[in-house]
Amino acid sequence: MIIEVESMTKTYSLGGSTIRALDNVSFGVETGEKVAIMGPSGSGKSTLMHLLGCLDRPDSGRYVLDKKNVSRLSKNALAEVRNRKIGFVFQTFNLLPRITALENVELPLLYAGHREARGRAEEALKIVGLSDRMYHEPNQLSGGERQRVAVARAIVTDPAIILADEPTGNLDTKTGEEIMRLFQELNDQGRTIIVVTHDPEVAVRCSRRIHIRDGQIKDSEPMPTGGE
Amino acid sequence: MLFWTIVKVATKSLLANKLRSILAMLGIIIGVAAVISMLALGAGAQKRIVDRISSMGANLLIVRPGQGGHRGVRTGPVQTLTLNDAQALLDDVPTIDVIAPVVRGSGQFKYYGNNSQSVITGTSITYFPIRNFEVERGRPFTESEVEHSARVAVLGPTTVENLFEESDPLEETVKINGMNFKVVGVLKAKGDQGWSNPDDQAIIPYTTAMKQILGVDYLREIDLQAVEGADHEQVQTEATQVLRRRHRIQSEADDDFHIRNLAEMAQAASDVTQTFTILLGAVAGISLLVGGIGIMNIMLVTVTERTREIGIRKAIGAKDRDILTQFLLEAIVMSGLGGLLGVLVGVGGAEAIAQMSQFGTVIKASSVVLALSVSTAVGIFFGFYPARRAALLDPIDALRYE
Repeated sequence: MIIEVESMTKTYSLGGSTIRALDNVSFGVETGEKVAIMGPSGSGKSTLMHLLGCLDRPDSGRYVLDKKNVSRLSKNALAEVRNRKIGFVFQTFNLLPRITALENVELPLLYAGHREARGRAEEALKIVGLSDRMYHEPNQLSGGERQRVAVARAIVTDPAIILADEPTGNLDTKTGEEIMRLFQELNDQGRTIIVVTHDPEVAVRCSRRIHIRDGQIKDSEPMPTGGE
Repeated sequence: MLFWTIVKVATKSLLANKLRSILAMLGIIIGVAAVISMLALGAGAQKRIVDRISSMGANLLIVRPGQGGHRGVRTGPVQTLTLNDAQALLDDVPTIDVIAPVVRGSGQFKYYGNNSQSVITGTSITYFPIRNFEVERGRPFTESEVEHSARVAVLGPTTVENLFEESDPLEETVKINGMNFKVVGVLKAKGDQGWSNPDDQAIIPYTTAMKQILGVDYLREIDLQAVEGADHEQVQTEATQVLRRRHRIQSEADDDFHIRNLAEMAQAASDVTQTFTILLGAVAGISLLVGGIGIMNIMLVTVTERTREIGIRKAIGAKDRDILTQFLLEAIVMSGLGGLLGVLVGVGGAEAIAQMSQFGTVIKASSVVLALSVSTAVGIFFGFYPARRAALLDPIDALRYE
């Protein structure tokens, strides 16, 4: 198992009252799975994504990522886990402006202190089919191309999981289809992908769906056909 | 992260907001330029004074009559120095090489229709080497001319210009206070020294000056030249002892003369300019400080504007230290660049001051290094707080920031 979550709880205090964003959540993800986390807004979906992405720490419970317990790590150690084990893909692409696609993809490797950053970044851009747009800056690229750059940035460090947050939310249907196909290709190559979404069209393309509501997992259903 | 990548990103973000970056750097530019040009002005003034003083002569000590009186009652300048004092100094102080007795007064000079009011210096022929006067044309007067109180004069170039205009002064006769003097030589120009102009005077034998022109028995000063390598303090002490003994001054009474050496005068003058330079530099330094606050302000704006970028960087694995380094470097690039531009403006400004006024300026490498390192230090100091604020941002909040 690449992810093991055991009775994870996270609370926030908002205006004096305490909100239980995640309440005793447990589940696991196998290596090579493609999982959709679904739920309405306010369900605790985002909180779960932040915890899985090591952007935050749970109040209690255990989170083991790639055989390493990451639930009690320091800020610096979490940054390192994010750098090595997790590839983020965001709804709004979140590329850095004013630097080229290639430099954006290089960035995680530079923070890791890699020597051959350039070559590996070029390789990653080739995988997402953007070899000819490497030296363009984000504002010279279309939405779909930007999201491809973001995917390239996510896979360049060869992470344990790819964590996508509404990856098709800002794209038209056709381009969204292309990105989902790209995720499928990556999944076929054995990469573990977790997609946070409320779009059933996206969820339908995943091997398993985890429904979350009021901070708790309602049901975890495998797709009847085991994905496409 | 790699150093040059950060510098590149920093430079790019500065270039993306050109006007804002320039305005933020302006304080540093002005501060550094002010420091450089003020220090250049101070160094120039100091050099001018030292040059002038050393043009007066090497190993020179000057004895002048002092304030008379005793028990705290001052009775004004007294006439205490005599020719015998001068001779005694030469005889009794072994470290004194040469002496020149000097009397001075002002006189009316006349050559045909031209008049001029100039200084008359009566002295011996030793005065020329002691005071670094060179006779450019003609000759100085001779020992025997001194002995015979000859009416011969060596004129300064300014005096020559005033009296003779274009014509040749040598062997001509000028009237000084109504008496005829033969011009035997013309001094080489030394340049105006501010408090007196050595180029506007007539140097004549002291015998002639004392008996015939000024009618005085006492000397205005005795110029001493110490032997090469002698300790001036030592010479001064010994000369003081000789003069006190000759003037029969009681051990508790003050001297009725004073002795100055050039090193002392140069020191006093450079102390004054030093103080001015420090004051000017300090005022300029304050503008550097203000410039630093400008940079801090713009860095705080930048950090707020780029909150989302900070969030992205943190999400893909930047540690707090990486973010701190990045923003600190941006502040340093800004202040360093401002410093460099400031050096250019300051050097240009100092050059312009030298061109347009009579003040000479000297740009010292040390003041450029000082200004550059202070501006960089200002960048580090004022960049640290904004950079730390950026580094401590929570990644989730930063990513959500619109």
